[in-house]
This record gives sequence, structure tokens and C-alpha cells, in this order.
Amino acid sequence: MYKIVKKRRLNDTVTLIEVTAPAIAKKARAGQFIILRVDEYGERIPLTIADTDKENGTVTVIFQIVGRTTMLLDQLEVGECLADFVGPLGNPSEIEGIKKAIVVGGGVGCAIAYPIAKALHELGAQVDVIAGFRSKDIVILKDEMEAACTNYYLMTDDGTAGEKGFTTTKLQQLLEADSSYDLVVAIGPVIMMKFTVATAKPFGVPTMVSLNPIMIDGTGMCGGCRVTINGERKFACVDGPDFDGYAVDFDELMSRNAFYKAQETHDKEHVCRLTGGVRNYE
Amino acid sequence: MNNSTVKTPIPEQEPLVRNKNFEEVALGYTEEQALLEADRCIGCKNPLCISGCPVEVRIPEFISKIKEHDYEGAYTVINSTNSLPAVCGRVCPQETQCEQKCIRGVKGDPVGIGRLERFAADWHSAHQSSDHKPAEIKKNGHRVAVVGSGPAGLTCAGDLARAGCKVTVFEALHVAGGVLMYGIPEFRLPKAVVQKEVNGLRDLGVEFSCDSVIGKTFTVDELFADGYEAVFIGSGAGLPSFMNIEGESLQGVYSANEYLTRINLMKAYKDEYDTPRPAGGTVAVVGGGNVAMDAARCAMRVGADKVYIIYRRSMEELPARKEEVHHAVEEQIEFRLLNNPVKIYGDEKGRVNKIECIRMELGEPDDSGRRRPVPVEGSNFFLDVDTVIMALGTSPNPLIKNTTSGLDTNRKGCIIADDDGRTSREGVFAGGDVVTGAATVILAMGAGKKSAAAILKYLGVD
Repeated sequence: MYKIVKKRRLNDTVTLIEVTAPAIAKKARAGQFIILRVDEYGERIPLTIADTDKENGTVTVIFQIVGRTTMLLDQLEVGECLADFVGPLGNPSEIEGIKKAIVVGGGVGCAIAYPIAKALHELGAQVDVIAGFRSKDIVILKDEMEAACTNYYLMTDDGTAGEKGFTTTKLQQLLEADSSYDLVVAIGPVIMMKFTVATAKPFGVPTMVSLNPIMIDGTGMCGGCRVTINGERKFACVDGPDFDGYAVDFDELMSRNAFYKAQETHDKEHVCRLTGGVRNYE
Repeated sequence: MNNSTVKTPIPEQEPLVRNKNFEEVALGYTEEQALLEADRCIGCKNPLCISGCPVEVRIPEFISKIKEHDYEGAYTVINSTNSLPAVCGRVCPQETQCEQKCIRGVKGDPVGIGRLERFAADWHSAHQSSDHKPAEIKKNGHRVAVVGSGPAGLTCAGDLARAGCKVTVFEALHVAGGVLMYGIPEFRLPKAVVQKEVNGLRDLGVEFSCDSVIGKTFTVDELFADGYEAVFIGSGAGLPSFMNIEGESLQGVYSANEYLTRINLMKAYKDEYDTPRPAGGTVAVVGGGNVAMDAARCAMRVGADKVYIIYRRSMEELPARKEEVHHAVEEQIEFRLLNNPVKIYGDEKGRVNKIECIRMELGEPDDSGRRRPVPVEGSNFFLDVDTVIMALGTSPNPLIKNTTSGLDTNRKGCIIADDDGRTSREGVFAGGDVVTGAATVILAMGAGKKSAAAILKYLGVD
């Protein structure tokens, strides 16, 4: 089944796992995602494919521990299996013909930005990566990103690593110096994507964002992932997850994503208190 | 001969008890009740009932077996043309099919064919020995891929396997059963019943490959390259419709698909599952079909204080089965008929708190033959609600269409297929909701059956 063959903590709340899923590994392209279920009682959650190893038939995903499912996922060790691992879902990122791009990753969004940067880099494009974090101790994928781009700019809110400032600060600088980029890719918290778009727009550089709405099946069935693009309803799972950042209604997405937040926090406490983080129904 | 003009009643849970649990509503006939009802069948020489059944169950024959107390024999008769007797006995709209044609229906109630079918299926299930294995089937060496494990796919797979084909069913979700698992609620169709039917197909040698999204994990072309000689597409109509009114993206607005999937497939009503339990409070379901009834009755069961069905026409035009409407009314679902939502409002956090509707009146008949609902100017009013569920129908999702060259679809995205399921692409057959748009379980089964026959013909199997 879907066995975990590698596991690595990237920081206190972000974990990388490599999972055996040959059919998905064979097909997956940058920008696509999978849906997994930890066990029989688990929810289905979407995670972007961070990397694939076609030879060994494995797929890498990176997740942040934000709620019950990711917490349970983090409990699994190498050798254990996931109940379900479905994909590759969504459309691959449209990066053909791009010669010069800026890829902006915010926090754990770097895990999603990384495969796109890598794919662009492999296409021979100039790729400038701006990776932003709150502070030094949560920086992830620095080496991987550096290997997959032309210039790597690390930004931290508190200045403990790289330069002090937000990703938008650096983006503004790069675009002011040279606005001939073909594309800006922004992936991270919704608010960060919103501001990235606002920063890039005056320079007229097309800006692509990868959206992360609530989702169940990932095949267009539940409609939970509906987002408004240019005033039109789209389903992120089958129409996305990448969209033209200029056209996205970010405020609506932020509101919809907040729906289960209170419950998630409550569940997270609940599972820790009752089971020490381990499910004990059996 | 039982000359009663009324159907033998089927025991049911009390409405105000059952609207708080997910146990089955109708409990099924006892042996005595089944015998009593079977005795109402005249056993017509030229039975009309069979022509009303999309899978042509030999109805008088199975009922005569029940009369003879040969319940397993009755099941065998049904199962010889119907892969899913326990499902059909529960969810088929018999009143517009076999029972509508029953001669006893001319004066009084028709024979309770559906209830008898369920009795035979449940009797079989309860008395089947655990080491029971079906008779050995002679293999014909042909491999067929079935896409989707809903009623169309299961029926097609069953008929092909019985003819000796090696069949693999590909399912996108994590369990087989399609709409029978994610859509129809436990209290109408227990999931254990569905899984028993699926396991029956496994016993026939059918393989199920779950977590496999055709159009993504594998394409139709890859299935052929893999050695499948024919492909049946029964992937259903999954893409939910919305009204396109303001406020549909607020928190607490669901498609019926999402709401039902959370409850039925993801078991939100069971504490041991991680899926959050949907909020209680006041729930408005928009639409008047079976899916709307299912969503409303689920909402009541997960703890809503009040549940409205908002439908723009009158009781006469409600597309849901009479029995479902009757059950919903009994379970204290409040019908707001001739009402139509115009806008949904939310609080400062973006959570739904009310819905604005307008009253409607019926005008001249429209293309569908039903009287067209017309808004009454200035009749707008508000309902305080915490959840809104849109049950407005579905259309096929585009994954297969977009990845299969040479497969013609119509403007609604439905695959174009002839009566036998043949599509524009050689070796590719399709049936069920993916062809017709959202319809019923039994119609999908009928299409799966016809396609299986056409596939056998295509493969040159007698």
C-alpha cells in the first residue's frame, strides 16, 4: 500500500514524508496535488506534491501540523502505511515558454513553490526565488531551493536569517530593478498571496497563485473548494489549483478557509488530551 | 389469494424517534408479511410489471417463489437479471416503474414489488452461509475496465463477470459504491448492504481498484494500452450546481454533494470519525428532489432544530419520490413551497445568518410540462438560518472528457452514447448519469446492463 519510506522533520511543525505510490509518481507534474487519508477514521486532506522519484515510485509531500489530521499524519513513522493516497489531482502549473520568473514562497508555502521553481529551472528559465519566514528557526527547504534557482533571496520578519523584511519588500525591489519578468508565482498564506499580487500588479507582470481551499474528494464532486475568479465560480480541484492572481477573490477564500478553524483548534486539544496524540479506538 | 386493496404495511421506525438516528427507516417485511403481500400477486400471464423494470426482473416468477416459501429461489430469480437486489428493493422508485404497471393498481394499491424484492434479498443475505462460493464461471479471456463503482458500473461489472470476463472496476473514492456510499444516507440504504453487494461481485472475480481517478491516475488510453479490450464509463454526474445568487460562498453554504458526502461517506455523525459534525441550528435545503429530501433528513438527524425545504414550485411538482416526501413531512421537515431564494446573508465573520426568499406563483406550463413558477413582485421575506444546502442537481465532471480524445460530449458535458452505451470512440461504452445527467439508481443500472450486453457483443462473446 502507500508506505512511508522516508520521514524528515523540517522544523518544529513542518514534516516531509516520502510515500510509495508508483502510479502517481509516474504521472505527477509540478503544481499537482494528492489527497490522503491517514486511516479508516480519517478525513481526506489535499497536499501538494513536493517532489517525485519516478524510479523508486515515490511521492514526497510536506505538511504543517495545523489540526487533527496533520497531527495524526505526523505520528506515522517510516514503514507505516497511509489508508489512501490519491492523485495526481488538479492541473499542472502552466509554465511553458517562461524564460524569467520570480517564485515567492511564504512559510510552508515553500513546499508548494519548490516543485514549480524546480520545473522552471529544469526548463532553463531564470528563476529568482524569494522565500519568506517569520524567523530563522522555521526556515525550510533552503538547500533544495538554492539548487533549483538562479538567485535565492531569504527573508525573515525578524531578520534572524537572510534579510529582514517581508517577501513583498524583496519582490518590490526586484521588480523596480527589472520589470521584464514573464511571471511571478506566489504561494503561501492567502494574505501573503493577496499582497504579492498587489505588489506585482503595478509592474504588469502576470502573477500566478496556487490556492488551497477546503476540499473533500478532489475530483469536482463536493464543491467545497469553490473560489471566485473574475466573478465566476471555479472549483480549485478541477479548474486549478493555479489561478491568475489578478482575478482571485482572496477575501472570500480567507473567509471560507476560516470555517473549520475553531473546530480544528478544539479537535487538536481534544486528541492530545485524550490519547496523547495517538488514536485509540481499536 | 389476498384480495386486500391495500399493500401490506411495512414496519417503520416512529418518525420522531428515527429523525434522531441513522438506523434504517423502513424495517422490512417479516416472513408472514411477505407471504401475505406475495399472495396479492395474481401472476398475470402477460405481466406488465416486467416491462416497467429497467433491468427486467422476472417479477411474477420471483413472487411465486416467495408464495412457495422458496425465498432463496426468489432471490436467484431476481439476481439473475439484477446485480443489486438489496439496493433496488430499498431505493428504486417502484411507483413509477414496475408497480405503476401492476394490474392490482387499477383498483387499489399495486403489489408491493419493491418490498418483496427487499425481503428476498435480505433473506438471502441473512441465510447465506459464510463459506458460500458462487458456481465456477468459465473464463472467456477478455479483460474489461469499468470506470466508476456506482450502480451503473456495478451492474455492468456483474454482468460481464458472469459472462466470464475479467473485470477491474476503477473508483476515485476510497470505497466502492459511488452514490450508494456517498450520496444516499444510511437510513435509506445501509452501507453494510451496499458492501455486501460489492463483495458479491468480488466473489464473482471482479477486482476493485479504489483511489484510482480515471483521467488523472490513469487515462482511458492507458487502460487500453494496459490490455483492457473495452472500457465502460459509469462515472456519474458529480459536479454540483449552484443558484448563482449572492452569498453562496459564505461559510455554512454547502452543495448537497458536500453535505451528504461529509455525513454518509465520511461519517460525520459518528464520534469516532474525524469529520466535523455539521452545525445544528436552522438549516435550509434548496431544491425538491430526492437529494434535497436526503439532505434535509440528514440535517435533522445530525441535530438541527429546524429544517426547511425551500422549493420554487408546489407540492404537486416536487420531483422527489412521494414516499421520501411523506417521510420528510413525518420527520418534521418544514416545506416552504412556492418560495425561491434570492440572496444569502452572513454575519461579520462571513457565516450565514439569513436567507432572503421571494414568493412564487404558478403560471403557464413550461417546456417540462410543469407550470412555470413566476416571482410575486414585492413578496420578499427573510428566514433566519445557520446553514444553507444547495440541492439543485449535478452534471458530469470534466476529468474523463478532457483526457479522452475522440469521446463526444454534449453541451452539458454528458457523454453521448446510443441506447446500448456505444460512444463515439471504439471500444468505449458509457451509461448512467454520465450520459443522462442526474437520474435514478435503477436507470443507471439499466444502462450498465445494456452496455454489458453490447460489450459482450463487441468482444464477440456469445
